Amino acid sequence: MNNQPGDKLLEIQDVSTAFNIDGKYYDAVSDVSLDLYKNETLAIVGESGCGKSTLATSIMGLHDPNETKVSGKINFEGTDLLSLTDDEMNKYRGQKIGMIFQDPLSALNPLKRVEDQIQEVMVYHTKMDEKQRHARVMELLNQVGIEKPERIAHEFPHELSGGMRQRIIIAIAIACKPDLLIADEPTTALDVTIQAQILDVLKDIQNENHEAIILITHDLGVVAETADRVAVMYAGQIVELGSALKVFHNPKHPYTRSLLRSMPQRNSENDDLYVINGTVPSLQKMPTHGDRFAPRIPWVPASAHEENPVMHELEPGHFVRCTCYKVFDFPAEKEGAKA
Amino acid sequence: MWKTIFRRILIMIPELIILSLIVFILAKAMPGDPFTGSINPRSNPAQIHHLMQVNGLYDPWYQQYWNWVVHLFHGDLGTSYEYQEPVTTLLMQRGANTLWLGIFIVIMMYVIGLPLGIYAGRHENKLPDHIIRAYTYITMAIPLFVVLVIGIWIFAYGLNLFPTSGSISPTANGFWPSVFSRFYHIALPGMLVALFSTVNIVQYLRSEVIDAKHSDYVKTARAKGVPMKEIYRHHIFRNSLLPIAAFAGYSITGVLDGQIFAEMIFSYPGMGLLFLNAINYRDYTVITVLVLIFGFLNLMGTLLSDIILAVVDPRVRVE
Repeated sequence: MNNQPGDKLLEIQDVSTAFNIDGKYYDAVSDVSLDLYKNETLAIVGESGCGKSTLATSIMGLHDPNETKVSGKINFEGTDLLSLTDDEMNKYRGQKIGMIFQDPLSALNPLKRVEDQIQEVMVYHTKMDEKQRHARVMELLNQVGIEKPERIAHEFPHELSGGMRQRIIIAIAIACKPDLLIADEPTTALDVTIQAQILDVLKDIQNENHEAIILITHDLGVVAETADRVAVMYAGQIVELGSALKVFHNPKHPYTRSLLRSMPQRNSENDDLYVINGTVPSLQKMPTHGDRFAPRIPWVPASAHEENPVMHELEPGHFVRCTCYKVFDFPAEKEGAKA
Repeated sequence: MWKTIFRRILIMIPELIILSLIVFILAKAMPGDPFTGSINPRSNPAQIHHLMQVNGLYDPWYQQYWNWVVHLFHGDLGTSYEYQEPVTTLLMQRGANTLWLGIFIVIMMYVIGLPLGIYAGRHENKLPDHIIRAYTYITMAIPLFVVLVIGIWIFAYGLNLFPTSGSISPTANGFWPSVFSRFYHIALPGMLVALFSTVNIVQYLRSEVIDAKHSDYVKTARAKGVPMKEIYRHHIFRNSLLPIAAFAGYSITGVLDGQIFAEMIFSYPGMGLLFLNAINYRDYTVITVLVLIFGFLNLMGTLLSDIILAVVDPRVRVE
């Protein structure tokens, strides 16, 4: 979207989120540090289970405190969100931070009319009366590209298509003009043509409201289209962080490179796609030290990895975890095909 | 919607006809006859033989059935062999009693069950939840007739707090005294049956609340900054009460079951007691009519459930 980045809006420092599994806590996100600037779009990319949604849920404070431990600091405009009580946090949710969910089919209450569901967020954060709220709902529905807003507002969620419902959810998220919009896989449950429309809606909204967007996705195509900066996550850690341009055209970390290589290209129709060996380790089996990606690139000698991989700044704003990127190269085609 | 209801009621007619046939055949297949026990035990077998013949009980079942249907269409449900009264008269007397007791049980069931289910679901796996669940398991494990016998022994016989039998005191005159007396008579059996029939409501509601708590729309509401208390009020309760509301119609069946026990043990002159006696005395006319009424109520219950669901859930439209 190439907006000029403004001041720092969100500062995530050493955030770890651990889930209780059979009485023990396991990190789903470990020591993630990340800054977000006003008016920029940051994409968090990674495969299923890498902790990207968990990170988003941690920012919103939506984890069940009985089952989850979140440590570190999440500074939002100078306030550490993690130090707030649930009631205090409610002043941020919906008001300053809006969230868009993955599955528009289940994210709306089936028993409430669309209008009531959009108005609800204003009831708790604004002093608008019924009439003003209605006017705002119409405005929002227009903004997210819904024709005949009067009619749609009166419908129940089940009467609408998936794309329509996702627009409604976006309308809810932006109703109070938040400074930060977290979009957790907003297009995953939608078909391709609708995906493009929803991304357009998000772009238009950002151009109008100038909020910062955290876009969580596993779809690299979506990232290329929308993000200013990209954070690549693997097994709960950020492995590469940089501008979208850098990460796409000059990827450094073996995982980023593998991801990009496993994406179908227009001019390589007849080649086999690259396959990353193995799977993401489960939470209980997460290695406590060493490079977490090492088992999936076994041909890279152990000496190339760091004992405790840290982020290295290669160029201003472009970070890579571990030193193994220096010697990493893909195995010969035959070996790759075997995997 | 009205068309559907009308159609559903039309479908009930063949269902009830089949039910009446089955009941008719099964009732006649029972060993024994209506007269052996009811007259003097040493009465002359020839006299019983005569009565059987006069009442057409030696005729083949299809002929008896046909006679019964012909009478039915003349508004005659037959005469009880046991009470020597028209079945319609018996129903008038007993039906109202059963209705009061039934309504009381249903209301109490929901009054007790709904808050417990909601509370247990909301405080999942905490102490009150464990206590509530233990209560439902206990009520499920103890047979109702045992509860009723113990209940009548402690509260009516031992503590003398409630009457042990009947539906109204003969000395109750005037409107309010008679209302009070009726209530006094149904309070104990009604409460016991209700207390021991809540397991379905509580457990079902509890799991619905827990499901709703973890649903995506609740997450959306949380992301809107709605306090959890309000989320319970506006999102969770309505969604989890929905299947319970739909279940209300079906609960008629369960209430009738419990009610038969209660009427027997408390000698409460309702249709349940009438039914049990009718079976014991081979009072065929009464058995047939009562089973048909119970069957009809069950069919109405399912229809009622579907109507309730269509009214409360916008996703369900009866076409």
